[in-house]
Amino acid sequence: MPTKIEKDAVTGTDTTGHEWDGIKELNTPLPKWWLYTFYATILWALGYFVLYPAWPGLSGHTAGVLGWTMRGEISESLAQAAAAQAPFVNRIGAASLEDIAKSTDLRNFAIAGGRSVFAVNCAPCHGAGAAGSKGFPNLVDDNWIWGGTLDDIHTTIQNGIRNSNPDSRIAQMPRFGADKILDAKQIDDVAEYVLSLSRRSRNAAAVERGAVVFSENCEACHLQGGVGNPEMGAPSLAANIWLYGGDKATLVETITNSRAGAMPAWSERLDAARIKMLTVYVHALGGGK
Amino acid sequence: MQAGDAPRILDGIYVANGAAIGSKRGKITMASASVAMGGINANAVSAHDTTAPAYHDDVIRAGMIATVFWGVVGFLMGNVIASQLAFPAMNLGLEWTSFGRLRPVHTSAVIFAFGGNAMIAASFYIVQRTCRTPLFLGSLGAWCVFWGYQIFILLAASGYVLGITSGKEYAEPEWYVDLWLTLVWVLYLVVFAGTLMLRREPHIYVANWFILAFIVTVAMLHIGNNIQVPVSFLGWKSYTVPGGVQDAMIQWWYGHNAVGFFLTAAFLGMMYYFIPKAANRPVYSYRLSIVHFWSLIFLYIWAGPHHLHYTSLPDWAQTLGMTFSIMLWMPSWGGMINGLMTLSGAWDKLRTDPSLRFSVTALAFYGMSTFEGPMMSIKAVNALSHYTDWTVGHVHSGAMGWVGFITFGMLYWLVPQLWGRAGLYSQRLANWHFWIATLGIVFYITSMWVSGIMQGLMWRAYDEYGFLQYSFSESVAAMHPFYVIRLLGGLLYLVGALIMAYNLWKTVTSVAPVRAAVATA
Repeated sequence: MPTKIEKDAVTGTDTTGHEWDGIKELNTPLPKWWLYTFYATILWALGYFVLYPAWPGLSGHTAGVLGWTMRGEISESLAQAAAAQAPFVNRIGAASLEDIAKSTDLRNFAIAGGRSVFAVNCAPCHGAGAAGSKGFPNLVDDNWIWGGTLDDIHTTIQNGIRNSNPDSRIAQMPRFGADKILDAKQIDDVAEYVLSLSRRSRNAAAVERGAVVFSENCEACHLQGGVGNPEMGAPSLAANIWLYGGDKATLVETITNSRAGAMPAWSERLDAARIKMLTVYVHALGGGK
Repeated sequence: MQAGDAPRILDGIYVANGAAIGSKRGKITMASASVAMGGINANAVSAHDTTAPAYHDDVIRAGMIATVFWGVVGFLMGNVIASQLAFPAMNLGLEWTSFGRLRPVHTSAVIFAFGGNAMIAASFYIVQRTCRTPLFLGSLGAWCVFWGYQIFILLAASGYVLGITSGKEYAEPEWYVDLWLTLVWVLYLVVFAGTLMLRREPHIYVANWFILAFIVTVAMLHIGNNIQVPVSFLGWKSYTVPGGVQDAMIQWWYGHNAVGFFLTAAFLGMMYYFIPKAANRPVYSYRLSIVHFWSLIFLYIWAGPHHLHYTSLPDWAQTLGMTFSIMLWMPSWGGMINGLMTLSGAWDKLRTDPSLRFSVTALAFYGMSTFEGPMMSIKAVNALSHYTDWTVGHVHSGAMGWVGFITFGMLYWLVPQLWGRAGLYSQRLANWHFWIATLGIVFYITSMWVSGIMQGLMWRAYDEYGFLQYSFSESVAAMHPFYVIRLLGGLLYLVGALIMAYNLWKTVTSVAPVRAAVATA
């Protein structure tokens, strides 16, 4: 029941005759380009329905004439990627760590792969540049807690440290203070002695007393002169490279409460070839022995 | 308007010009409206009777204040969490101020508190004017909706900060808040639909179609996505009844249509009233408004699966989500065309009217983001863009550019109207707001485009041997400069909003009234 159809002076178009609170409407037809573009998108959608999985029915859905599936696509691209890498990966699987490190093309491939695996799996603790942080060892120096040969590094990555894997590397430093093996005075002295190993103690008397405590309690693992024993995961105390900090307060805390950092057994998450590549990569970071 | 002409709502019975018309009339009106929206209401009061009744505007004035207040809160929270992404120390090491808890405070504050209050106020204003009738259930009903909604906002936000969350994006409130919102929303629907039924105009204006679609669909989405069972009798924790991929699908059916019906359809309703009013021009095309309305609401509801491309959602559902998103492009643009073309013959007003300048720029951002959205729904594009900052930039070009600007446009036009002022306190400040906020959006979305596309490319980059080139953490580190630029954009947007708040405050307090404020009932 349009009541007052008027001609709009600006556009020359009729109004619909409706009016609300002073608002009128023009009777402009649909813009052609708008309508045809709309039709085009509908046609495109119809075409897509024919080509790809689209409409559900009572059992299953229309499969689409292309036979495409998301799972099929991902499987195919994973297979392609695996096939492209297969020649290298197979050779790495068969070769010894030493042979990989000696062969230029295998080494380049292993370092590229190891870098990628490291960035995703190892960098969160050891840092993007592998320089470590408190509690997480630096992997670019030549100071190794569990040994720095290719085989040592491979075993550490494979089995990890202090985890539930049966082959895990295990070492446990006693809690000398918390378990009352040593009293506070002895801990203070032995910390002075440890400082003296990197020539940072100024208390000769304490160092002398601490040397006795050290030989009775620490030498079994850290060896004489605190040079460390990779066989037992006992770090060197003489290199002035510290996992938790080398100032006296931190040393006292370490001796009192011990430390027990852990690392996963990566054999549970990565395949053998990737662990080999990772080994060669970490060994090549600068400190491999 | 003479006070004696004013009709009154008495217990739901409409009284006009001394003639009592029973509620039966309302039923007939609804029936005719349901045959064809915008159809003829044979029982309506004669169109020649152009008297305007006394409208319920107090609640709308309160809505203006709430909109500005929650807008500033929402933008501030956005800046806080943007600063946390750029500088993690800004989390302050406290659980209550951590990103995970404040992020839903930001999203809910801008969508539901700022956008929701703007829409409730706008819809109450529009429906009264375009139906030439006061609100159904009178002032009390409207105030119950208003305060009920503020309580919903406070319940939701306090829960987020305390760690009470359902973990569903944009639907984080737990069951007790959901129940409360359901009550408030149904009352809102009753007030709005009741007012439509009692209208004194033969047709329902297009703005009201969009607003009704918004209210009805949001009710459906809210209930559908929150079918949940509390874990214990007095505990706040609940779990949704569907699990796994079904739950994910329902969540994104909700999530996408929260965008579609809350942030698009509703604000198109706002646009359809305030642009023709401010421009003083007829709406460009009635036919376009019909076709784009029905196609928009029909197609939008199917598009949600595009949020779940390349997930465990079945292929066929992903196909439907993508194709319906593509078909949604022109229906979305219909609103932009109708808004922009309405300015034919009134483009000169852009130079003098800050309200129109905001509204028109809003339509430009609307057009951009409703092109970008369908494009991003294409699987090949989505494979690059999904889970990146590109999505964040996309939603902000819609939220800041479209929803924010169309609302600012309404505020600059409506606040002087509601308080009976000749105009704004300062056009100059409104222009400053416009340019600062526009610059802020440009900083925001361009930085997110660059950073999002960079993220997507870094995640899929391979070296010559076929190994991934970058770790995730390297891509995070690469984001930093863009996060800082984004924060700058957000700060500019916030500064603009503060300028607006000051300007509107001074408009109400310092500009002399030219007439009595529009009638109150």
